[in-house]
Amino acid sequence: MATTIADDLRPMHHPKTWAGKYVWSQDHKVIAIQYSLTAIAVGLVALVLSVLMRLQLGFPGAYSGITPENYLQYVSMHGMIMVVYLLTALLLGGFGNYLIPLMVGARDMVFPFVNMLSYWIYLLSVVVLLSGFFVPGGPTGAGWTLYPPQAISEGTPGHQWGIVTMLVSLAIFVVAFTMGGLNYVTTVLQARTRGMTLMRMPLSVWGIFIASIMGLLAFPALFVAAVMMLLDHLAGTSFFMPAMQSMGQTSQTMGGSPILFQHLFWFFGHPEVYIVALPAFGIVSDLISVHARKNIFGYRMMVWAIVIIGGLSFVVWAHHMYVSGMNPYFGYFFATSTLIIAIPTAIKVYNWLLTLWRGDIHLRVPMLFALGFIFTFIHGGLSGLFLGNVSVDVPLSDTFFVVGHFHMVMGVSPILVIFGAIYHWYPKITGRMWNDALGKIHFWITFLGVYVIYLPMHYIGILGVPRRYYALGETGFIPQSVHTANEMISIAAFVVFAGQAVFFYNMIHSYFWGPKAEPNPWGAASLEWQTPETPPGHGNWGAHLPIVYRWAYDYSVPGAARDFIPQTEPPS
Amino acid sequence: MSLIARLAEKSWQNPGIDGRSDPADYRPPAAKVGLVAFMGVATVIFTLLSAAYLMRMGIHGNMGHGTAGDWRPLPKPPQLWINTGLLALGCLAWEAARRLARSGEAAPMRSAAALGNGLGVLFLLGQLLLWRHYQAGGYFLAANPANAFFYLLTALHGLHLAGGVIAGLHAPYPPAGGHDARLRIQLCAIYWHFLLLVWIVLLVLLLST
Ligand code: HEM
Ligand SMILES: [Cu+2]
Repeated sequence: MATTIADDLRPMHHPKTWAGKYVWSQDHKVIAIQYSLTAIAVGLVALVLSVLMRLQLGFPGAYSGITPENYLQYVSMHGMIMVVYLLTALLLGGFGNYLIPLMVGARDMVFPFVNMLSYWIYLLSVVVLLSGFFVPGGPTGAGWTLYPPQAISEGTPGHQWGIVTMLVSLAIFVVAFTMGGLNYVTTVLQARTRGMTLMRMPLSVWGIFIASIMGLLAFPALFVAAVMMLLDHLAGTSFFMPAMQSMGQTSQTMGGSPILFQHLFWFFGHPEVYIVALPAFGIVSDLISVHARKNIFGYRMMVWAIVIIGGLSFVVWAHHMYVSGMNPYFGYFFATSTLIIAIPTAIKVYNWLLTLWRGDIHLRVPMLFALGFIFTFIHGGLSGLFLGNVSVDVPLSDTFFVVGHFHMVMGVSPILVIFGAIYHWYPKITGRMWNDALGKIHFWITFLGVYVIYLPMHYIGILGVPRRYYALGETGFIPQSVHTANEMISIAAFVVFAGQAVFFYNMIHSYFWGPKAEPNPWGAASLEWQTPETPPGHGNWGAHLPIVYRWAYDYSVPGAARDFIPQTEPPS
Repeated sequence: MSLIARLAEKSWQNPGIDGRSDPADYRPPAAKVGLVAFMGVATVIFTLLSAAYLMRMGIHGNMGHGTAGDWRPLPKPPQLWINTGLLALGCLAWEAARRLARSGEAAPMRSAAALGNGLGVLFLLGQLLLWRHYQAGGYFLAANPANAFFYLLTALHGLHLAGGVIAGLHAPYPPAGGHDARLRIQLCAIYWHFLLLVWIVLLVLLLST
């Protein structure tokens, strides 16, 4: 019995045709690659949009192709793509799909067909999203938060059609995510191989697992909000739309509550931050442990912290609404819960540092990115403590301080982990090694570059520079130095943008011409490195499922023959 | 082992698999776990909509949600009760199918499942008639937030039930090599009971406001 997936009675079905293998594939590894490539492709669109925004902000008017309406559209599409269609899809659809079955010792996800559907529906949501660029009026310019009433009122770019494609695409995305999420959760619960207890799972799986549960509970809020706003827009209901006066005419809508939308949006929006962060936390723990040749410090506490952060993140959402007009007692409650979340988060940071302490640190490219993450995450976390307090947040709200904060904590930090993870698992995924020198160049350009971009933003934010502004114009409180800083930020952004070419060149070139990779080049203990083939074949494990005898972090064990003991090695 | 005990395991100690039996022997079927997770998602959807419903009614008018006063409740025609009865009967049929499947009586089980599906379709038709009835009375979607919520909630509930009917049509006929019909029928029955429960909660919400 040990050779079947938990209760899967069907024989492994091997696709014969090329399309069955690579297009309509039900293999979690292929689906993972499909998810990842799609997410990266749409992420590049968002990256180009950010370059256009920086062009405008650094050199206002230099490029007349960007109108004020365009700027708002770029901001909105950039934000939404980055958060939902890139990070969520890549971390859960990509890494979740690839890593979960391999790390828990399963042959595949438990519902492979649903898994395949999940990808194709995700692709559909991306197509609908991008179609926003081609509808009359262009994509929505309502900001990624899509607040009504402005999102569907005259004066906002894309208020006719762009907002429809956006909302429809989001609703489709939620369906796709739910299909994927049910798979990830059920696979972790049901398909772990013999001996793989919950507490023997690598932290990557824990992060992805809890993030998937959170996604299943949080995305419905986005779905509901999107459907209700669509009805307000297309059918004239008044869920969110108050009565409005325009040109002496009163709108048909009346009495709706814009604040209701904000509650629904942020009930999704805040957990979303951790849906992106928890997989990154998990993955970075594994990178640090493997490349420092030390067991992760405080494994149990790390798991509990992930679970506690996941739970707490459902009771902090209204810290995004301090300036929306709430009962002050609510603000008090949400400020308190927000600051409490800092405790388990800080525990994680300390444990990463203590894992590094006196480790046998190998500064390979994945480790560099992991260390970079610790910097940017601490940085973004500290500015978050400011924003969590109502009285500090009120003046900083909607300034570039916020832009600097969230890019550090949920933009750059997960991206650095994703890069580290790609470098780390690339040899397993493709069977090839990338070029080390190019990887290091890529790291330094990206890491130093994002600091030049985002650190100054905090300062210009404190001066009061507002976010989502096309141009600052002649304003008394904005000194000349802000314009200089903006130029510098923009130049750094262009350099970082161009620097990513090194990454793509490295990955594509190595895929064809890189040296063959060892099955376990980093000497890692977790299961995915112990597959009989590299890259793992269909069904992952050959004739017999692996049996797990120990946790995933037996590094530098005194008296052991090597400096790591794979999870599959029985005790002697 | 309790969840707490499992999460307290000191996994860095005691390598080996002593005392750990093959998971295939004790785990519930994955499809069941998947269904429970899905019902969790559906519960969140309906809970959030109910919360939005109450907020929009103006209960929290002093917090900036809606202006209390524009909410005009719908009338409650007897059709509501007829539809509820149809759904409840459908659930009974599924419960019968589940028991028949457990005792291995294939032919009556299939009839019971077919009856359950038929009642489900009747319920959906009944809901459509109810919509027509309200439309005829001038209770349009956009006319009042109470109407809008009613149509939205019933539509979402109906979609979930339509999915249940589609699954229910396949359930008694498992493909070769798949799960036996027993599990599939059991899952259908659970799902239908869940949707009946959701409907009752929605009904209470509609009747009490
Ligand atoms: C080098 C990479 C990036 C650059 C140069 C960049 C630049 C920008 C700029 C200029 C804005 C608009 C600021 C404003 O006028 O308000 C912005 C907004 C935003 N960015 Fe990025 N960004 C980058 C990467 C990311 C990533 C990885 C994320 C993922 C979380 C992200 C998420 C957002 C969000 C959520 C907004 C807010 C959109 C809104 O205000 O509606 N960005 N970014
Ligand atoms: Cu938040």
